[in-house]
Amino acid sequence: MTAGFDYEKISGILGPREQFTQGDVACAYGALLGGCTFFAGYPITPATEIAEALSRLLPRVGGICTQMEDEIASISAVIGASWTGRRAMTATSGPGFSLMQENIGYACMSETPCVIIDVQRSGPSTGQPTEPAQGDMLQARWGTHGDHEIIALAPASVQECVDLTRKAFNLAEEYRTPVLVMTDGEVGHMREKIVLPAADEVEIRRRSGPSTPPGAFVPFQATRGKIPEMAGFGTGFHTYVTGLTHDERGLPATSSANAHTRLVRRLCEKIADATPALTDVEQDLQEGAEAGLISYGISARSAAGAVKRLRRDGLKISHLRLVTVFPFPEAVVQAFAAPLARIIVPELNLGQICHVVREAVDGAARIERVAKIGGEIITPLEIVRAVREGGEPVRAAS
Amino acid sequence: MFNQARHIRDKYIRDEMWPSIFCTGCGIGNVLNYTLRAVDGVGLDIDRCVFCSGIGCSSRLPGYIEADGLHTTHGRAIAFATGVKLAEPDLHVVVFTGDGDMAGIGGNHFIHAARRNVDLTVICVNNYNYGMTGGQVSPTTPERGLTTTSPYGNVEQPFDLCRLAIGAGAPFVARWTVGYPYETIEAIAAALRKPGFAFVELLMPCPTGYGKENRLGDSEAVWRWYKEHTISRRDLLQLSPEDRAASRKIVVGTLWDVDRPEYTRRWAELVQGL
Repeated sequence: MTAGFDYEKISGILGPREQFTQGDVACAYGALLGGCTFFAGYPITPATEIAEALSRLLPRVGGICTQMEDEIASISAVIGASWTGRRAMTATSGPGFSLMQENIGYACMSETPCVIIDVQRSGPSTGQPTEPAQGDMLQARWGTHGDHEIIALAPASVQECVDLTRKAFNLAEEYRTPVLVMTDGEVGHMREKIVLPAADEVEIRRRSGPSTPPGAFVPFQATRGKIPEMAGFGTGFHTYVTGLTHDERGLPATSSANAHTRLVRRLCEKIADATPALTDVEQDLQEGAEAGLISYGISARSAAGAVKRLRRDGLKISHLRLVTVFPFPEAVVQAFAAPLARIIVPELNLGQICHVVREAVDGAARIERVAKIGGEIITPLEIVRAVREGGEPVRAAS
Repeated sequence: MFNQARHIRDKYIRDEMWPSIFCTGCGIGNVLNYTLRAVDGVGLDIDRCVFCSGIGCSSRLPGYIEADGLHTTHGRAIAFATGVKLAEPDLHVVVFTGDGDMAGIGGNHFIHAARRNVDLTVICVNNYNYGMTGGQVSPTTPERGLTTTSPYGNVEQPFDLCRLAIGAGAPFVARWTVGYPYETIEAIAAALRKPGFAFVELLMPCPTGYGKENRLGDSEAVWRWYKEHTISRRDLLQLSPEDRAASRKIVVGTLWDVDRPEYTRRWAELVQGL
């Protein structure tokens, strides 16, 4: 399994380190280089190429790749596989992401490491299957019921599809939680040059196994900070895994307010408290700027173009790109906002992350949006215009 | 017999979980007993067994076993179990499920796992209703059966779960009622030994739900009802053709046992040498 991670074998199968390929295929490459040996998925545009690539690649590295009967079964199989010790993943788009929500919550509650790639397309419902969107961002945060925290990464390029998918596996294993890679139909289907990491650039961080023997081991007792060690199936530890509220032994404690509060607070805090370590942003600050952009994913490419053009025209502007969107880097956003009068948030939706920005900034700057739907990406000029003439106001999220 | 009961309890039961949540007269505890005796009889290494389940009364069973357990979401146990088995084919994977969990919300996973012929042992406790939520109509509730959501009688034709399993491709299919301990233990043991998707349906009274709604009487009477309304396949075959045709009883026994290539073995052969 992952114990046998073999860089030479994987890189031999993936071919030249420099390639010109598609974002979806790059996610598959990133999965292999992240130590993934189990994929279960269901065909859906524009994510299908991930399943197709992995069905060719995984069997050649001792991995399992299977097409399940639906997306619910796919995430179920991924969680089951993870408990045997494999690094496991699925990939989907909006409709499938909706179907997976209940079991994403199960993975949060049972602290099961797994990776879910959402190649976002226009919704709601079937929407525009072949067109890109960023309309699942708040579903990524709040899609499953109940209090929880989530880790979500947003690649803006084909290269980042490799890099962030790799990273997602390490974060999932380290924090024992589902990690979402929120790409989109544009990044998924566009082709760019990628450079695959060299052997010494690949790091495989693994979940911590039990440090005490069976009998003494308490499977859901936090040991490293707020994260418990994980005893996989078949290792003699007799771990009982449930989505019910459970005590440190993993046994149901559904009527205990204490057990529930202690468990759910710990699950939230193990991620929220790690926000500084999980924060991954790119800042392009300009002294004296009164306006700033906060972007992520494909829209960050357009934002970077707009910044270049605005500065060429003599206008001062700062730019903050979120690579890790959740846990939301509140402190970084607040520091970014401090010198600014206005923040413009370009998104391929009618306004999602702009609400989270507004909550973080808490009135220190005015939040405007460049909200675009319909299937075309935001152009740099649309952002330039919003900076010059004002973006759409952000209404209260109701 | 007493010693064997103590052996089973000491070896396999997770003490901290006792007493169980099951109602008086419920047969789910018997299903646990029979399954553990079968596991013991077959000689499975309990450290290499994973007991999976979904949501419902029967899905609480893995919690009572001192072994790895995966108590999942409603209807999805077989899909989770498929992931476990594909990822680690040397594990013995057993699924406890119920009529609502498996044939209602999880029906799709059931037929596809049978079609794929993944090496799982699926034990479906069929009590004709959703017991955990208080006795609602299920995909196996008999026609005209009374439940809290079919108060004027069920107008739907129920699934015959064994025929469904056979039709979907399961190579081993058996049905018993929990009133037949030795036959049930033998059937579960055969299912555990079967290299492939092995399905055991266990008809079982729900005295507080379906039994009460349909005035089947007290626990003893409900258990008797199941015996009186079933006939073994062997006994059925001994009836005259006329009597056999006229029999309205539910047939129990091993209903299907064929050989079919198992999924994880086919996969291993397929990818060998890639």
